[in-house]
Amino acid sequence: MVSTPSSADGQRLAERDYVQGGEAQTAVKILVVGHFAVGKTTFIGSISEIEPLSTEETMTRAAESVDDLKGVKGKTTTTVAMDFGRLTISDRVVLYLFGTPGQLRFVQLWEDMARGALGALILVDPERLADSFAVIDLIEQYGLDYAIAVNHFDGNPQRAEAALREALDLLDDTPVVTCDARDEKSSAAALTTLVRFLLDRAS
Amino acid sequence: MTASEEFELSDAGLVRAYVITKGRGLPDDDQLSLITLLTAAPEQGQRAPRLSPEEERLLDICSAGYLSVAEIAGHTRLPLGVVRIILAGLTEGGHLVTRPPVPRARKADRAILEEVLNGLYTKFG
Repeated sequence: MVSTPSSADGQRLAERDYVQGGEAQTAVKILVVGHFAVGKTTFIGSISEIEPLSTEETMTRAAESVDDLKGVKGKTTTTVAMDFGRLTISDRVVLYLFGTPGQLRFVQLWEDMARGALGALILVDPERLADSFAVIDLIEQYGLDYAIAVNHFDGNPQRAEAALREALDLLDDTPVVTCDARDEKSSAAALTTLVRFLLDRAS
Repeated sequence: MTASEEFELSDAGLVRAYVITKGRGLPDDDQLSLITLLTAAPEQGQRAPRLSPEEERLLDICSAGYLSVAEIAGHTRLPLGVVRIILAGLTEGGHLVTRPPVPRARKADRAILEEVLNGLYTKFG
């Protein structure tokens, strides 16, 4: 018997859950990264056409350097989640946005995410700049071009861009934009800044 | 922000991952990326009788259109590694059709980036 396609919680997948015109679509991805609680999921949710999804990699604690599945013997496992959303750009291109915190130890997850990515948008909290260093390092290690989006929480005075550039040790041509991750247009503008930069770099 | 970003310890689940995957290893990284799109192959007469419940479930979810590997994992809440192994098996068995993402190349990138930029302008003004 063939049942209707349904997700884990028994909800039937709707037509809009599927990639429209999938047989002609090329999938691309952009990473939306940043430290814990900087607003990645909010950002992705604000422009995704699907309810953001989450998937996880499971690894044994004892064998984190070993491939996750080959190591599954122990009783406890470490789980790390990545959130993602989707945006159908045209009838030829569908864009996925992947977000994950920058914990170094989940290298496999980072490799999966970074491989083939067009670039990365790094979300930064102006009050917690130091927390962004590790994430920027990681993105640079993977050789991805990136732009900085300063997630501007209410009430915070906008830190001068020059000071922020210096604090984060950015190259002169690295774009810095301010955005409100809760706002669709604001998030889209940040993404547009990144893509325009990537296009310049590809010329 | 969800607690899922923090490490959490959990039991490995009732059925061990290596049972679900029948002990198969992870497929090549390039074979099934996070954004490889998949759908069920056109009707093959009758479905192979020896599919496991998880294989049936994944095939089922792929039967109504294209989804990425990541989305299939997200909808089923199965770990990504497990999903990739099962999907690789189903693809080898001819049950699934895949659309891998284009390999990175400067020229291809330019065309795609232009398309993405135009798409963003159109959608969000």
